[in-house]
Amino acid sequence: MSFFNLKGASTKTAQKHVVDPALQPWVEKYRPKTIDDVSAQEHTVTVLRKALTSTNLPHMLFYGPPGTGKTSTILALARQLFGPDNFKNRVLELNASDERGIAIVREKIKDFARQTPRAETVSSDGKTYPCPPYKIIILDEADSMTQDAQGALRRIMETYARITRFCLVCNYVTRIIEPLASRCSKFRFTPLDPDSSTSRLTQIAQAEHVDVDSAAIDTLINTSQGDLRRAITYLQSASRLSASTDPPTPIAPVDIQEIAGVVPEAVINDFARTLGIDVEGAMQVDDSAKPKDGSFGSIQKKVKELMREGFSATQILSQLHDLVVHHPTLNGRQKSKCALVFAEADKALCDGADEELWILEVGLRVHKAIS
Amino acid sequence: MSLWVDQFRPRTLDSLHYHHGLSARLKSLASSGDFPHILFYGPSGAGKKTRITCTLRELFGPGVEKLKIDQRIFLSPSKRKLEINIVQSNFHIEITPSDAGNYDRVVIQELLKEIAQTQQVDLNAKQRFKAVVINEADSLSRDAQAALRRTMEKYMSNMRIILCANSTSKLIAPIKSRCLLMRVAAPNPQEMEEVLNYVAKRAPFTLPPEAAKKIIDDSGGNLRKAILVLEALKMQSPDLSGPLAIAKPDWETYCYKVADLIVSEQSPARVMEVRAKFYELLSHCIPPTVILKTVAERVVEKVDESLKADIMHWAAFYEVRMRLGSKKIYHLEAWVVKVMSLYKHFFYDMDMSSFD
Ligand SMILES: Nc1ncnc2c1ncn2[C@@H]1O[C@H](COP(=O)(O)OP(=O)(O)O)[C@@H](O)[C@H]1O
Ligand SMILES: [Mg+2]
Repeated sequence: MSFFNLKGASTKTAQKHVVDPALQPWVEKYRPKTIDDVSAQEHTVTVLRKALTSTNLPHMLFYGPPGTGKTSTILALARQLFGPDNFKNRVLELNASDERGIAIVREKIKDFARQTPRAETVSSDGKTYPCPPYKIIILDEADSMTQDAQGALRRIMETYARITRFCLVCNYVTRIIEPLASRCSKFRFTPLDPDSSTSRLTQIAQAEHVDVDSAAIDTLINTSQGDLRRAITYLQSASRLSASTDPPTPIAPVDIQEIAGVVPEAVINDFARTLGIDVEGAMQVDDSAKPKDGSFGSIQKKVKELMREGFSATQILSQLHDLVVHHPTLNGRQKSKCALVFAEADKALCDGADEELWILEVGLRVHKAIS
Repeated sequence: MSLWVDQFRPRTLDSLHYHHGLSARLKSLASSGDFPHILFYGPSGAGKKTRITCTLRELFGPGVEKLKIDQRIFLSPSKRKLEINIVQSNFHIEITPSDAGNYDRVVIQELLKEIAQTQQVDLNAKQRFKAVVINEADSLSRDAQAALRRTMEKYMSNMRIILCANSTSKLIAPIKSRCLLMRVAAPNPQEMEEVLNYVAKRAPFTLPPEAAKKIIDDSGGNLRKAILVLEALKMQSPDLSGPLAIAKPDWETYCYKVADLIVSEQSPARVMEVRAKFYELLSHCIPPTVILKTVAERVVEKVDESLKADIMHWAAFYEVRMRLGSKKIYHLEAWVVKVMSLYKHFFYDMDMSSFD
């Protein structure tokens, strides 16, 4: 009974998901189709390629920061094992964020595992696929499962060991309980290096006929910090905006920063200067009526200006942090004092604190620390 | 008779007064056929909501202005009934998550699924998708945001989400990276003056530049507030000449009184007096954060430079505790006691040094 339900549900959603390719997010459109298509992650790919030829897969645990290719890799691998026709009945993808308790997950897995694998190896696209006699269950975002749920999962894994292979995908390997982790071969995904990111982004830009120069690509990489999903999304937004102006304008680094919500460097430098930090090339606003830099009044005024501009406090904090940490002349003691404030402010903002009060607090204490 | 803020609110992107670059972008996005999910963010009264309404009109035509309000019933996971008012037109729907309290995830999930799975029925509609406007998006719970994240990718073909928030800090990264971010800064003084003059012209009357300046200085970049004040002033003194007194809202005057009480005497009896005033403010539904900030900023104006930073430090410290705790008054009071003690020490130390 539930078997039909599951199948019914999946075909229904499959129909719902047809998205006009022109409107498809590029992250989906350019998801690697095969494991060889995955950028960087050489070690993982080499091991998996071997597994693919022997068609004998262990249980696997993929971990690493967002946007490094974890989901893409397992999907590509599964597709190469089973081909397009059998993919649906051989691969179950469960997202932990739509998990509604382990009971439901267990039901789904049970139903899925109970169906006997049966497949033609020659697929409708004329290719031959290995189609080994097991199913793959992908548990994406597994680190958001509770300990209890993971414990229950371990028993499920044992029960169906003969006919299933599990692939757990997560950001933090330490959040996976030991008995579960120890049953899997672990694969670490690392943030993409700038070269791999650059070539991937350039490739996509070419396919979409978008003009990007190397300055724009560099900005994409800097603002996304090794997360290729973010870089690709920013690229798509930027190209949308540049194509929508009349006449179309090339993508400029500042456009990308604006899309990413980055505070312009000049603004951060100006704030830092108000706090008494020496910044090269900061704009020197000549305003004699203005209170002396470093006074309470001048810092408060500057903070109010930042708030009026609508910049986000977490973003200001992170950029000011970078500026202080990499500052050439501030000494270690000064930097350490600043680091304390940044940590406190980050926690406070996470707890929902008032942004203006805390940016002011950061400003005042950084000023005190360096003077 | 509606207020000027509503009566003279621009209805199309072309008639928006400032941030012309933003308007132009929105306009071309609306006509490109490739309209993304958008997150509008910026301070209160900067014109986010107006801009969103204009964008909707650009997308769907004047039909979006025909609003109806439906009452809908949702079931919480514990099967409790939630009654929620939903504003919608044939082309869009608006949700304010705080209306759903702790159950915002249920409401968001249900509504979005429903919209996502129904195709646009109106054959004359200009777009194939419906728009979902989520007001005060920064108050969405984590759960609701997580639910939103998947929906945004899955149902891109017949739904677009427009989020409106004061800041992006409280939104999770996966949501931000799925939206086009549109920062709506507060208008600068010249831009505000332009708008005030426009309102005056439509009303119609002439607005003396000194009056405009005064209103703008008082508004702190909040255009809604500026127009409301303009209308109130015009009622009080029709020719708007001579020295104008912009009436502070009662609660603000009341906060100033509290600040004066703190600065003029520091004693247990005074703490009790201040406490009574805090209760009064809280019972009038003035948000505790606003109370604390307003009183603190006023106190800071009145004390020596060397005390200012500490006073604001403790304000920041107790504000976040107040959010995490359950009794607002404890933390407000703790701050008052702290400030009084700082203040007393300051004078005490000074007295001592004069004996040297
Ligand atoms: N190593 C990679 N090689 C090629 N594309 C990648 C890689 N990592 C991420 N991407 C791109 O980013 C998107 C998100 O990747 P995904 O595999 O979902 O990341 P996650 O590691 O968070 O699961 C993919 O659709 C793909 O376009
Ligand atoms: Mg993933």
